[in-house]
Amino acid sequence: MARIDQRALKRVGLGGALLVVLALTLTGCGPEPQSAMLPASDFAQALQDLFSNIFWWAVGVFVVVEGALIYALVKFRDRPENEEAAQFHGHTLLEIAWTLAPALILVAIFIPTAQLIFQVDQPPENADEAVQVQVVGNQWWWRFNYPELGITTANEMHLPVDRQVELELTSNDVIHSYWVPRLGGKRDVFPGRNTYLWFTPDSTGTYVGACAEYCGTSHALMKTRVVVQDSADFQQWVERQKQPAEAPTDSLAQAGRDVFMRVCIACHTVEGTPAQSEIGPALTHVDSRQTIAAGILENTPENMARWLRNPQQVKPGNKMQIPQLSEDQIEALVAYMETLD
Amino acid sequence: MATVTTEAAGTPVTDVEHEQSFLRKYVFSTDHKVIGVQFLITSLLFLLFGGLLALLIRWQIAAPGEPIPLIGGLFPEAMAPSGIMLPEFYNSLVTMHGTFMVFFAIMPLLVGVFANFLIPLQIGARDMAFPRLNMASFWLAFAAGLIMLAGFLVEGGAAGAGWTSYAPLSANPEYTGVSLGQQLWCVSLVVLGLSSIAGSVNYITTVINNRAEGMTWFRLPLSVWSLFITAILALLALPILSGAVIMLLFDQTLGTQFFLQSGGGQPLLWQHLFWFFGHPEVYILILPAMGIASEVIANGSRKPIFGYKSMVFAMVAISFLGFIVWGHHMFQSGMNPTLGTSFMISTLVIAVPSAIKTFNWMGTMWRGNIQLRTSNLFGIGFVMLFVIGGLSGIYMASTPVDVYIHDTYYIVAHIHYVLFGGSLFAIFAGIYYWFPKMFGRMMSETVGKIHFALTFVFFNLAFLPMHEVGLGGMMRRIYDASNYQYLQDMQGLNEFISWSALGLFLVGLIFAGNFIYGMLWGEEAEANPWNANTLEWQTPSPAKHGNWVTLPTVYHGAYEYSHPEVSDKDWLAQNERPEVVTPYEGEPEGAGSTDVAPAGAG
Ligand code: HEC
Ligand SMILES: [Cu+2]
Ligand SMILES: [Cu+2]
Repeated sequence: MARIDQRALKRVGLGGALLVVLALTLTGCGPEPQSAMLPASDFAQALQDLFSNIFWWAVGVFVVVEGALIYALVKFRDRPENEEAAQFHGHTLLEIAWTLAPALILVAIFIPTAQLIFQVDQPPENADEAVQVQVVGNQWWWRFNYPELGITTANEMHLPVDRQVELELTSNDVIHSYWVPRLGGKRDVFPGRNTYLWFTPDSTGTYVGACAEYCGTSHALMKTRVVVQDSADFQQWVERQKQPAEAPTDSLAQAGRDVFMRVCIACHTVEGTPAQSEIGPALTHVDSRQTIAAGILENTPENMARWLRNPQQVKPGNKMQIPQLSEDQIEALVAYMETLD
Repeated sequence: MATVTTEAAGTPVTDVEHEQSFLRKYVFSTDHKVIGVQFLITSLLFLLFGGLLALLIRWQIAAPGEPIPLIGGLFPEAMAPSGIMLPEFYNSLVTMHGTFMVFFAIMPLLVGVFANFLIPLQIGARDMAFPRLNMASFWLAFAAGLIMLAGFLVEGGAAGAGWTSYAPLSANPEYTGVSLGQQLWCVSLVVLGLSSIAGSVNYITTVINNRAEGMTWFRLPLSVWSLFITAILALLALPILSGAVIMLLFDQTLGTQFFLQSGGGQPLLWQHLFWFFGHPEVYILILPAMGIASEVIANGSRKPIFGYKSMVFAMVAISFLGFIVWGHHMFQSGMNPTLGTSFMISTLVIAVPSAIKTFNWMGTMWRGNIQLRTSNLFGIGFVMLFVIGGLSGIYMASTPVDVYIHDTYYIVAHIHYVLFGGSLFAIFAGIYYWFPKMFGRMMSETVGKIHFALTFVFFNLAFLPMHEVGLGGMMRRIYDASNYQYLQDMQGLNEFISWSALGLFLVGLIFAGNFIYGMLWGEEAEANPWNANTLEWQTPSPAKHGNWVTLPTVYHGAYEYSHPEVSDKDWLAQNERPEVVTPYEGEPEGAGSTDVAPAGAG
């Protein structure tokens, strides 16, 4: 009676093909990580491992359940020669079985998950030796303070490799979320409240990240990056950042500084000058950064000029509201910015 | 109430078709069937609108910074100067797409349409307990929709803080640049809340009081059970949303600081309130879908539903658990790990009743005679896609994994598997199944099957790759991904998704065509075209005002298909005489005999 005819076979084939396509797509996103999913810290590695663990459970359940559904669909399809369907209202043993089976799988998922929560959401034992960085989210850029080192910078964080890091996150305005996929996070960033992230980067390199929580008009343009260095390079960077800005010697840059002290002083800090406002990013060493405007423009003289010509066009809605500058002023300011290395 | 219940208890009323003006009959009608159809048509229009917004979103993602094709020129400067979308406009689109789909399409399609249309017919009542309140519920929902739409017309544009409207972004107009639109969003949801509360009170009362003689609780079709439980959920959850939204409105307009940290308020409070409503809302959007799927699958398999009672208890369990899992939306807010673990446990536990339901549907199909008509195809499609949505949900329940996928396209993929693959597939199943009863005409089965096949294909093409995009690191709600180098590899995939979304939208138009054609020119429907057991099929199509000539008396459960003692046909109407068969022993005591006290009389 369970004679499977040619058409049914074809259907099995079709269903099977669909299943394989689905499974492949799902696999595609599993064990073969995208570049951003290559872990470069203990935290990211742990997430990745748990992810694959759950992934294989999910694939198993997926294949069994969808397979059974397709099987039933093909096998019990209404055919003219069929007799009336079987009549039964349930089966207690079976029902108990398929209540227990998912429960057991969930326990199998729960155990490693719970272990990991306590590992990543609590201060690690060596937290007091950690490099501490305060992260302050702003619409739409990041301020980084290193309280122990007395450094303030923006959008680009430098960290030594293989050392425990503790980020203390807060926001100046709305909720943001700090996320550098290869290192760790994300973690939401709230006004009036501190949240924390702990991780240890395990290889040097530059890691990009972004704000992950929708935070208004230019949410898409709130990038960030982390430069992980060996300890000598990191130390060198620290020493450099601690220095106040050197006074410009070249006359164009001096003209730039003059404009700066009239217009830009309202919002920016350049250590060693009267400019001490904290509304915008600190610019004391702006030239040492790879990018400007929260990671959206490479830090080149052309891009700097573009930014100063019309910041609103580069990043709609951003809080750098300035009067239109003349091309001469822009040229001078760019020269001044280049001295801030 | 008393008058209504006596009527329901069954004075043999003759056809209650009195002369009514057009306005009373079709516009300000108190007939639950007309109200159901009113909900159906307005919500389908909102669905179409929400779909259009989605296409605009997908255009921007596929081709950031390029002018919108065809209709680009129609947009005002403040939205898309020379057709190029502004980020503010994109953000409004994302916000309004979510808002319209959740509150004005899926929710009313499930609850407004099916609760209204089905409950009185399936329990054997003449109408709702409070017909006028029912009418008010529709018109309030309609007004709420118009208020929400008005957002697009006011200065500053429509609300742009996301459909979740997280404070403080939503609480202070300075942060988004949208003030009036954001206020309209709040007002609209308050009005919608009223509508929903009015509706829920009505559904609950009707199911409790107006069941026909012999319609015991465990003879109710699962669709009624699901709608009943949903109404309780809505009654408990929506007031929370209304309260929160009113507080938000006060923050925006009166200078209160409930959610603004500057005045001592607490931004996180909004998230707690929103998700305390929001997670039960998820089940408001899926339980009726499960009910519909149970109807069409049992009918389409010609078999009793497998494990009827465990189906009911699973729904009760899901809705109870639904109230204690809201924290899983906030795992990234720096939650204490012990609290996080508790929310994780409650969330994982929900998977158990969901799995039971899935296996029971499978058990229903097992050894059946599965008839592949459109409604059943959508029903089975619902189960298949809901499984995927459920599985991807496990990742989010696992707090540390959620650290990674939270706020990415993975979540977007998940929500669409649940709300489109889940809810909307079930809605289509329900529409194909009950269309004959609503309009007295048939939709085309052939076109319906094409609609199903293409929807299934395009749906998966559009949303399966989104998991991958999310794992690749793409955040939600970014109007321009082109400046993330690590996302550029996925631009091709994003374009593919956009094309598939366009395909999905166009397939929707096939449905619209089938619907309109069926309504106007479709073949005339018999009373019971699907050989179904439930009461609504035991009265003419379309059902007349008052539903029944004589109120039915119920003798069997809703799923006595292929009964071994019934030889001439494979179904047994709930109101067919009892002497035909021995009652199914799994039924509660007294079932199957006529001396069951008529429900609601007393
Ligand atoms: C009203 C306050 C304000 C004024 C005045 C202002 N800025 Fe800014 N500036 C900002 C803010 C805010 C940002 C961060 C913008 C963003 O990325 O969202 C910024 C960013 C910058 C950056 C990019 C920094 C980085 O690392 O990303 C530079 C360079 C800069 N400003 C230079 C200037 C110069 C030069 C002037 C004077 C012509 C000036 N700013 C005037 C507020 C101001
Ligand atoms: Cu953001
Ligand atoms: Cu939830």
